[in-house]
Amino acid sequence: MSTTDEPRTDPYAASSRETTEGRVYTVTGGDWDEMIDQTAGDERIVINMGPQHPSTHGVLRLVLELSGETVTDARLVIGYLHTGIEKNCEYRTWTQGVTFVTRMDYLAPLFNETAYCLSTERLLGIEVPQRAETIRVLLMEINRIGSHLVALATGGMELGALTGMTNGFREREEVLHLLEFLTGLRMNHAFIRPGGVVQDLPTGHEERIRAFIKVMRERLPGFHKLLTGNRIWRQRLEGVGYLPLDGCLALGVTGPILRSAGLAWDLRQVDPYLGYEHYDFEVPTDTAADSFARYLLRVEEMSESLKIIEQALDRLEPGPVMVEDAKIAWPARLSIGADGMGNSLEHVRKIMGQSMESLIHHFKLVTEGFKVPPGQAYVPIESPRGEMGAHLVSDGGTRPLRVHFRDPSFVNLQAAPAMSEGGMVSDVIAALASLDPVMGGCDR
Amino acid sequence: MGLEEKLPNGIVLASVESLVNWTRKASLWPATFGLACCAIEMMTSGAPRYDLGRFGMEVFRPSPRQADLMIVAGRVTNKMAPVLRQIYDQMAEPRWVLAMGVCASSGGMFNNYAVVQGVDHVVPVDMYLPGCPPRPEMLIDAILKLHQKIQEEPLGPVRAELAAERRAQGEKLELLPSSVKYGKTKKSGEVQAEHVW
Repeated sequence: MSTTDEPRTDPYAASSRETTEGRVYTVTGGDWDEMIDQTAGDERIVINMGPQHPSTHGVLRLVLELSGETVTDARLVIGYLHTGIEKNCEYRTWTQGVTFVTRMDYLAPLFNETAYCLSTERLLGIEVPQRAETIRVLLMEINRIGSHLVALATGGMELGALTGMTNGFREREEVLHLLEFLTGLRMNHAFIRPGGVVQDLPTGHEERIRAFIKVMRERLPGFHKLLTGNRIWRQRLEGVGYLPLDGCLALGVTGPILRSAGLAWDLRQVDPYLGYEHYDFEVPTDTAADSFARYLLRVEEMSESLKIIEQALDRLEPGPVMVEDAKIAWPARLSIGADGMGNSLEHVRKIMGQSMESLIHHFKLVTEGFKVPPGQAYVPIESPRGEMGAHLVSDGGTRPLRVHFRDPSFVNLQAAPAMSEGGMVSDVIAALASLDPVMGGCDR
Repeated sequence: MGLEEKLPNGIVLASVESLVNWTRKASLWPATFGLACCAIEMMTSGAPRYDLGRFGMEVFRPSPRQADLMIVAGRVTNKMAPVLRQIYDQMAEPRWVLAMGVCASSGGMFNNYAVVQGVDHVVPVDMYLPGCPPRPEMLIDAILKLHQKIQEEPLGPVRAELAAERRAQGEKLELLPSSVKYGKTKKSGEVQAEHVW
């Protein structure tokens, strides 16, 4: 193929090209002395972290540009867990959507469900019964403790504090066992439905929850003993991942990160929903705006959640857990049969033997779903990571036209470069751990 | 799978097989490969209450080059699939794959444009574990069954031929649930576990 009159090119020559990020060299071998001359004075290294890396908090990919050990540029690559949940919801009824959204932010499933249901209920123009409201608050606060415990556990693991991880997961098991008792599942509950909750709490819930509060009250101070006074822990976290208030506000950061910068912005108090205005609790804040402050806030918030759980238990009064409107509420009460959870026997008897109209109604509501008036709604709630809300658009049908989630993990992640640039490589991990992003929620 | 395949024909490795397989199953090191919800349950399995350390498996290796079991924990997306394959290729042989949860096994509830409909499109899978997410007990059960599978793996072409013959005659590897296998009450006449350690 090649002809002799073509100029001979050296296949091993180093080439370079100009990009928007600066000059990029492609090195394929060759004479080392010449190479050094070409690159003298430019010691930037670009390294890739993830998506499979034990310290990136899930499938997050980081492209770090280093000058020595200092990070000069951090870029995040997301989308490795994009599941198409929002799109799937458009092909399911409003009730079935709950099953999908609960799998977004998998550490805070009950918050996803509540955000989705509150928006649906605003579109429907309905109010859920008092008892359902209180059950939602109760479950969410239990879930918040579990989520913060994982934040501490995985954060500890990423920083090499493995005892923090084992302790965090041990405590989280208490949360999961309680949630399993209350809702039937450890994760991905799909317990909160448009119009209320799927069923009432089981008998004996009060004793179990009170026992849980007692256990957690004993164990939470353990984190202070284990980590707060720990010199290594403090030195890894203090002054690391600094993001002051103006930075937080400019980047739309919410949750413990915003509160660590000194603004007591908690939607439970700023814009109460589900009757949060009736609960007496503090919103812990700090002014250090670093990773250590965020760690302390999470521990504090768990104690505050315990207070809310206690008050919610006191507020729990007998009553319905689903709206009365037969056009929206699930037609059957559920009960446990020989083959597991299903429609109660009385209901089956009624629709199969007594009332043809009931059968038609049941069939229509279960297979087709209820209609939601056209319009759009957004109700934000305070998830463990910050403001979470579902922007739902309805065209008047039995399925959503668009389901969009404002997930705090996604928004907070854009603060990661601002937190980590100028620091060391190891500080990137600490900053990320303090952000506590959940990639399932970020990528959806 | 390893050196044994280089052995000349005619060498039968009956007892060596048990020994080699026993060492392989007893020091199975999983790679930290968490994707989604299942990864949290996988971490829980390694944490104190369920404690995979009881089966010599608590050391999750951050580097795939040091691991011989990949637990695909969560939904595999089209963007993640090439990464997953690369990690699998980096693992040293012999290696095994456990598809944890329905998403990794079959795509689960996410039958859409983004999710790979089962990780077996990308890598060969040795054990499928249903559940969304499976409880830690289920993961441990799946791992124990995988241990049993590894224990029964034929060593070398001669043993593989013998095993294939036995399979052709309808003999099947019985994978008992660990609740039965290690349960306290065993009635007489029930299948006794062959490999109890």
